[in-house]
Amino acid sequence: MNRKWKDGLLLGLIYLAAAFSVLLLAGILGYVFARGISAISLSFLTTVTSALKGTTGIAGNIVNTLYMIALTLLIATPVGIGSAIWLNEYAGKSRWVRLIEFTTETLAGIPSIIYGLFGMVFFGTVLHFGYSILTGAFTLTLMILPLITRNTQEALRAVPDAYRTGAIGMGAARWYMIRTILLPSAMPGIVTGVILAVGRIVGESAALLFTAGSGYLLPKPGTGFLHKILESGGTLAIQLYLSMSKAQYDVAFGIAVVLLGIVLLINLTTRLLTGRTDAASRG
Amino acid sequence: MRQTYANVTHKMKRKSVCAVETAAQMIFTVCAFFAVIAVASITLYMIASGVPALWKVGVREILFSTVWRPTAEEPSFGILYIILTSIVGTASAILLGVPIALLTAVFLAEVAPRRLAAVVKPAVELLAGIPSVIYGLLGIMILNPLMYKWEQAIFRGSETHQFTGGANLLSAVIVLAIMILPTVINISESSLRALPPQLKASSLALGASHVQTIFRVLIPAAKPGIVTAIVLGVGRAIGEAMAISLVSGSSVNLPLPFSSVRFLTTAIVSEMGYASGTHRQVLFTIGLVLFAFIMIVNVLLSAVLKKGESGHE
Repeated sequence: MNRKWKDGLLLGLIYLAAAFSVLLLAGILGYVFARGISAISLSFLTTVTSALKGTTGIAGNIVNTLYMIALTLLIATPVGIGSAIWLNEYAGKSRWVRLIEFTTETLAGIPSIIYGLFGMVFFGTVLHFGYSILTGAFTLTLMILPLITRNTQEALRAVPDAYRTGAIGMGAARWYMIRTILLPSAMPGIVTGVILAVGRIVGESAALLFTAGSGYLLPKPGTGFLHKILESGGTLAIQLYLSMSKAQYDVAFGIAVVLLGIVLLINLTTRLLTGRTDAASRG
Repeated sequence: MRQTYANVTHKMKRKSVCAVETAAQMIFTVCAFFAVIAVASITLYMIASGVPALWKVGVREILFSTVWRPTAEEPSFGILYIILTSIVGTASAILLGVPIALLTAVFLAEVAPRRLAAVVKPAVELLAGIPSVIYGLLGIMILNPLMYKWEQAIFRGSETHQFTGGANLLSAVIVLAIMILPTVINISESSLRALPPQLKASSLALGASHVQTIFRVLIPAAKPGIVTAIVLGVGRAIGEAMAISLVSGSSVNLPLPFSSVRFLTTAIVSEMGYASGTHRQVLFTIGLVLFAFIMIVNVLLSAVLKKGESGHE
């Protein structure tokens, strides 16, 4: 009898803990959407905050976020994939592998505020990029590199060895084999890594506060689009932080709704992608 | 004649294939060492920008003094309370978060019917994806008013207590505990799932109940994985900045539950914007201290992982 009671109690606690996570998520989503959905309007999404015109909007921050995603991925994706290819296909049992894997782990564990400090000093001051989208993108590149490397590595590991021996046996050179056989088979895994990286870029704030700054204006037409990467640009997450530190909670919740929407979308996409590869590897 | 021509082009093609192959290998090698270079330069720059203040102000005055008055006429840069806050805050968040996370992991790996697991698992994944600024926003809007009510009830009539409006250590600890849940749940779950099935079968065959098996056999057996999960949770909690920067208050105090406190991370976030001179250099020293903590966590982590590996062999 005693044992039954104890078992029941512990089982109850287990269910309670699991329910907590679900209720927490439901509570967060419900609260943010309830508070923020009224702030969302066409002018909120398509104008820039201006006291002169009397508008409150986040268009500039949306554009900055897109710049940040594009620039960061442009640098980080090739390097991350290249690194994974070397580790998996070229390195063999080189003693460097352990060092590289250890440093990749370390990069993944460094908090974003440290990246922010490093980016501010190195890219901002030493390389003279100042507060700019470029400085932010360089900083974020270091941060998301482990994510892309590890996902690509896992995807490459999942490609059966028979593909490799088959291609090499038919006389293919190694890079030719990687390009035509391995990368296409590993593509869903690689894309998953890239999408997860987009999620981190969109949600990041501590690493960007002192690197990309807080500019919220739209790029000027013409060459302004290119020049924009050397100007200060706050992403959505940064603007959310700034708004809440100024107690403008309506704007903050409006941005929170947009961010949560993006997070949900990313979650759904990766779920579809990994679901498909699971099904493919089973079939 | 014709044959030699074919031979020549074939050779040229072979040569260019060779060149492409070598180039590819070289490029990938450079990519691979990028991470090494990055870690090396981050370490170098953190030390180079954090050490000058230690020289200028003195190691003892910074690390072992409790008075933080960086902008006063006669400034004082003691960060002991800030360090203590990070340690106490992280430890409390772990104490609060890990039991919930471990039980949830047990639920997912052992107890849950498939249909329930299909709800809980995605929920945990989504929690991991929510940006930290949003946790901070909810902390301000929900936790701080609640804490203020508690504060008013507990310290009614107290003359020594400085009222904080709810932005205190306790609020920050709750936010951190929630933020480490997904990390600890995921890694504990996979270490529970990786256990050999005979373990559970033998325990059940000896007459232990399912719940007894979970707590007496499976969790102890999965200990290396769970320790890894906790260490990662520590890393996440100690490095979190934006979620707690507005929730934890804005003055440096001894870390007591209802005191307004500054963490290593939040001190940097809230003061770097306007700091200059020595103040700014000391903020970099705070960054260096944080970096040192993270490096300790990393070394611990790889030690735990290594031990886990040798244990399995």
